Amino acid sequence: MSKYPAGENNSYILLRQRAIPDLDNLDIYRQHGGFTVLEKAITSMKPDEVIEVVKGSGLRGRGGAGFPTGLKWSFIDKDNWPHYVVANADESEPGTFKDREIMEGNPYQFLEGIAICAYAIQSSAAYIYLRGEFWQISANLDRHIEALGVAGLLGDNLFGSDYSLHIYTHLGAGAYICGEETALLESMGGKLGQPRLRPPFPPSFGLFGKPTVVNNVETLTNVPPIVERGAEWYRTMGTEKSSGPKIFSLSGRVSRPGNYELPLGTTFRELIYEHGGGIPNGRSIKAIMAAGASSALIVANDEALDTPMDYESVPALGAQLGSASVIVIDDSISIPWLINKTTHFFKHESCGKCTPCREGTYWMMHLTDRIANANATQEDVALLHAVASQIRGKCLCALGEFSIEPVLSGIERFKADFDTAVSETNNN
Amino acid sequence: MTKLVTLTIDGMQVSVPEGTLVVDAAKKIGIEIPVFCYHPKMEPVGMCRMCLVEIGRPVIDRSTGQPVLEDDGSPKIQFSPNLETACTTPVGAGMVVLGATEKARSGREDIIEFLLTSHPLDCPICDKGGECPLQNLTIKYGSGQSRYLYDEKKHFVKHVSLGELIFLDRERCIQCGRCVRFQSEIVDDPVIGFFHRGRALEIVTYSNPGFDSYFSGNTTDICPVGALTTADFRFGARPWELNKAASICNHCPVGCNLTMNVRREAASGGDWVVKRVMPRQNESVNEIWVCDKGRFGYHFAASSSNDQTSFKRLSQPLVRKNAGSDHPGELVPASWDEALSVVSERFAEAGDGLLALAGGRLANEDLFNLKQLTTTLGGEAVLYTHMAGGELTTQLGIQPGSDIGTMGQGDAILVVACDLMEEAPIWWLRVKQAAERGSQLIILNSRSTKLDQAAAFVLRYPFGAETSAVLAMLNALSEKRLRLPEAVQVLERDPTLQAAAEVFSGANNALIMYGSDCIGLTESQALAQACANLLDATGHVGRPNNGLLGVWPRANDQGAWELGFQTQTKLEDALGAAAALYIVAADPAGDDPTYLGQSGFGGKAFVVVQDLYLTQTARLADVVLPAQSWIERDGSFTSGERRAQRFYPVIPPRTAPVSRAESPSTNKAPLLIAGDEVMESPLPDFAITAMITLRIDSEARITASSAARVFNQMAETVPAFSDQTYLELAQVHEQWPIVGRDDLYYGGTSYENTGGLGMQLALNTSDTPSTTRLAGTTVEFIRMPKLGQIAFPIARLYDRGKTLMPSQLLHERIGEPYIVLNVNDAEMLRIQDGDVVHMTVANREPDSPDRVTTGQTVVVQARLDQELPERVVLVPRSFGIPIDKPTPVEIRRTE
Repeated sequence: MSKYPAGENNSYILLRQRAIPDLDNLDIYRQHGGFTVLEKAITSMKPDEVIEVVKGSGLRGRGGAGFPTGLKWSFIDKDNWPHYVVANADESEPGTFKDREIMEGNPYQFLEGIAICAYAIQSSAAYIYLRGEFWQISANLDRHIEALGVAGLLGDNLFGSDYSLHIYTHLGAGAYICGEETALLESMGGKLGQPRLRPPFPPSFGLFGKPTVVNNVETLTNVPPIVERGAEWYRTMGTEKSSGPKIFSLSGRVSRPGNYELPLGTTFRELIYEHGGGIPNGRSIKAIMAAGASSALIVANDEALDTPMDYESVPALGAQLGSASVIVIDDSISIPWLINKTTHFFKHESCGKCTPCREGTYWMMHLTDRIANANATQEDVALLHAVASQIRGKCLCALGEFSIEPVLSGIERFKADFDTAVSETNNN
Repeated sequence: MTKLVTLTIDGMQVSVPEGTLVVDAAKKIGIEIPVFCYHPKMEPVGMCRMCLVEIGRPVIDRSTGQPVLEDDGSPKIQFSPNLETACTTPVGAGMVVLGATEKARSGREDIIEFLLTSHPLDCPICDKGGECPLQNLTIKYGSGQSRYLYDEKKHFVKHVSLGELIFLDRERCIQCGRCVRFQSEIVDDPVIGFFHRGRALEIVTYSNPGFDSYFSGNTTDICPVGALTTADFRFGARPWELNKAASICNHCPVGCNLTMNVRREAASGGDWVVKRVMPRQNESVNEIWVCDKGRFGYHFAASSSNDQTSFKRLSQPLVRKNAGSDHPGELVPASWDEALSVVSERFAEAGDGLLALAGGRLANEDLFNLKQLTTTLGGEAVLYTHMAGGELTTQLGIQPGSDIGTMGQGDAILVVACDLMEEAPIWWLRVKQAAERGSQLIILNSRSTKLDQAAAFVLRYPFGAETSAVLAMLNALSEKRLRLPEAVQVLERDPTLQAAAEVFSGANNALIMYGSDCIGLTESQALAQACANLLDATGHVGRPNNGLLGVWPRANDQGAWELGFQTQTKLEDALGAAAALYIVAADPAGDDPTYLGQSGFGGKAFVVVQDLYLTQTARLADVVLPAQSWIERDGSFTSGERRAQRFYPVIPPRTAPVSRAESPSTNKAPLLIAGDEVMESPLPDFAITAMITLRIDSEARITASSAARVFNQMAETVPAFSDQTYLELAQVHEQWPIVGRDDLYYGGTSYENTGGLGMQLALNTSDTPSTTRLAGTTVEFIRMPKLGQIAFPIARLYDRGKTLMPSQLLHERIGEPYIVLNVNDAEMLRIQDGDVVHMTVANREPDSPDRVTTGQTVVVQARLDQELPERVVLVPRSFGIPIDKPTPVEIRRTE
């Protein structure tokens, strides 16, 4: 289960630079089959055929929501033109650092994925929205895009067809909320980065109000191998409903943190102990955050460790897989301290558009400040739980809804830590 | 026909058009779903989350497409696990909305609690207190207890100036974005926006001056908290202390419906004082909006004879006495009896030598009685204006049933020689919205205006060629073509003009709005005629939403046209020739001293001035009669859309100076004691005129007793008013959206209309429209001189007129007198932007070859403009510069 199918030349589909040196050089990338898939798509496939292949592969969005990618592409409104592709490279979830490695090491596969997606929805302009801190990556991507233009792999009348495509990079200003696709689109349109009301969804009303596919970097990087080798091949990896490889960003109290490209459905135990080398300093594992700061805290018992990391099994633990940024918490960590960190983050990043998130994260920050600093009572813990609960289900976008996940799960699943924090208050 | 959708809200069934939002559907049947960010005039944003409801939808069997039924045969309803926002959810067939459940109630309580964690709760010092949606909804839905630690509250600056008109209290702001959305979505003036994020989110202004929009005051009405307040009302009064009275704005021909809030104040000697002006809903006129001139420009009418500024009101009649051959004598206070005796005697002597000159801010009743007086004596009734063509609007104007708010797809609006934003901002808004709904907007102008952005066709004619430009459109549609001056032949051949003409001709309904941008009396008469011909030729007459609409300089010019007032092209000659002058609500001497001629109105005329103030003209008069302002009495105005609308007494008439008695109380509030005899105080214009007339002819059919009686007499005599009664003007019907009442959270603090929606006048069909007058005639055209400049008058909303200058709040926006010059001309004249220049009026006849530079000289600031053609100078009207039509001028730099 945890290995790619036999017969592969190497074990990497996404992080291929780990096996092939200098893959960020266009010549090297082309020597390894680069842009033959795009050529194949443009010269021998109809756009809808490309969509069908992606649909058939079962590829799901790697940004966190896990929405079927091919289905998203098929929603593009064909009565409204032009169409756009926007690659979401705003990678901002604490603990997520996979898109960065793709763009740094295997940028051409990502760009080829954008191009195939653009062809599939007949878009002639694609944008890469990068978080502001990725200015160096952005500059490198600009060079790569230029190289593609020089090589005739990007631009007008590609491969002798009448299909043309231009790709542009766009740097954000570093707001977490701009990773939310509609806030991203607002930001790209020159407006304040705040999420839009949905519906309408981007496939009918996206960038500049036009039909748009917004996909995560990793999602798009999956596309060339899928179109090259077919949906059937792709489905041999991962689970039935969560097919394909996934890059797990492993961090926290683990011996070998880093990105691990493994099939979906790999267990937490395999990731943390086999690949990550287990917990250092003789400590034992206490909790897992599987989706970065937006995670519900998973109690790291045997049942949890043996749970496959896919879009169905993790929710069964009362948590989410999200973008698979697995943060390992050991027994030296106080959960009140931890949720104080996450709450500060969400308070700082709340865009302010809707009331429960704007006011609720601020209130939770004050409460967790006092609890974490041993200046609180049981009433404060109960109030924190109540405040988090009353945010739930009332927010305009997912940011506010995610902000309460560590808080509620922390209080409910690690009550002893809160009792300790409160008792320290009494000792003060 | 829109498809209706039936749903159930809190057990009540309602059928509403498809696409209606749940929140509006509930409002229609009187169910309250509380909101802060939602506003029925704007697109929903779902930000505040206050409108949470439970929503259930019928379960549909996918295989059959039929609703799944419960055991009892009722449709199975599935409720979503989360509460949903009623403001963003369109109705669906069979939908079940529950707003009164414990779940919904607790959801709203949660949102209120969140909002209050960052709200200062400073209601006792907040202007909104008493009419505050947040306050009201907190009492209704809040828990009544605070779980938030007070010392964890975040504090912000409480007095942020968004310019000198609007102030922001950052602590009170709940970030609903209504103001920001109003400015961008409704009035297309995106000069404010959100800055920062999260709790630091704040409203900022991008413009200089701050919040540079003629509609800014409306944001304070729709602000659901006390975050935005006007500098005019701020800290001025509490809402519950205020009385209200329905009124009509007196600044422009739109006729916005207003509610004026008043209270008695010790500081004013116990007098009633206007504290603020608010919009009153009339969806066919101003909806629920009003421009800032209307909102902030009421002080001229509210000032009193106690006013220590130059806007001191007249309090009693003045009669000139002790005049001798070598000295003019002086104006001394007199009783009404004495003044009226003198006036009536001298008017009777003058007979048909009487000339009544009336300003367009007078009410219908005043104008009617003036007309009765001149008819009695055989004299002349002249409207004091720079814009003619009104008689054509009474014949070919718009008729009952017209409403720009109903114009859309398939309709066309032609705006010519007009800067609507400056001349009538609410019409600008209404026309822009008609264009957004699909009306084809055609703009014909000599220069760019803000309305261009909304137009389908923007056409430019050379300065002075407005009439030819309209005729070029007519030529585009007809076989028999009028020969037009060379200068417009480029425009005539422009395919855009051809296309625009065809669109106009083919429109289901078409209006022409013409103004007086860069033109005067003679030119506007010709322009109106050309417009009338175009309407007639294309069949856009005699039907609702079709016809000619004048964008007049004054609020009731339309009323004057309906009542048969004429214009005088050579006004100074007419004034000089009259035996007696009755100048009412006009100040020709103050506007342009050349009206006085060599010896002051001919030197021998008996001059009576009836006004609010001792104007320049009044200082020269033989008798001065003090009039009440429109807010001190009742009456009616006729808007440019030919809608007669009633205004009501807002404050009691000003009495003569009240003698003060020392108050026995320690706080020294003056005692209110009765003033002088009421008869020595100002009176309504119609009453004064009637009393004069009755003294001349006791049998005259004229009444001084009440505006209602004058109006009904008018209805008997004047065909346009024949379908109307004073009472019917006060009728109202249900309007959407519902505003006012207890629904402040929904539409804002705009007032519900209980004072009357007015009635549109019938077209005058007794006179045959003279639409063919232009055929075969040569078209006048102003040629640019080889040397020197021609000054063209333009309108500025904020001008230095006598009805605006008393509003000191607006002085910064009004600014000093200026002219606009072309950059090349300026370079030649060694003038730089901002320089002070001398401008000399060269001659009052633009085509006269022998120009004599003996005119007046004004000292003004020069502004430079790159787009302006050479030799063209723009001069704002009512800035103390005597230019009311295209006029040759000479400009030199002030050394």
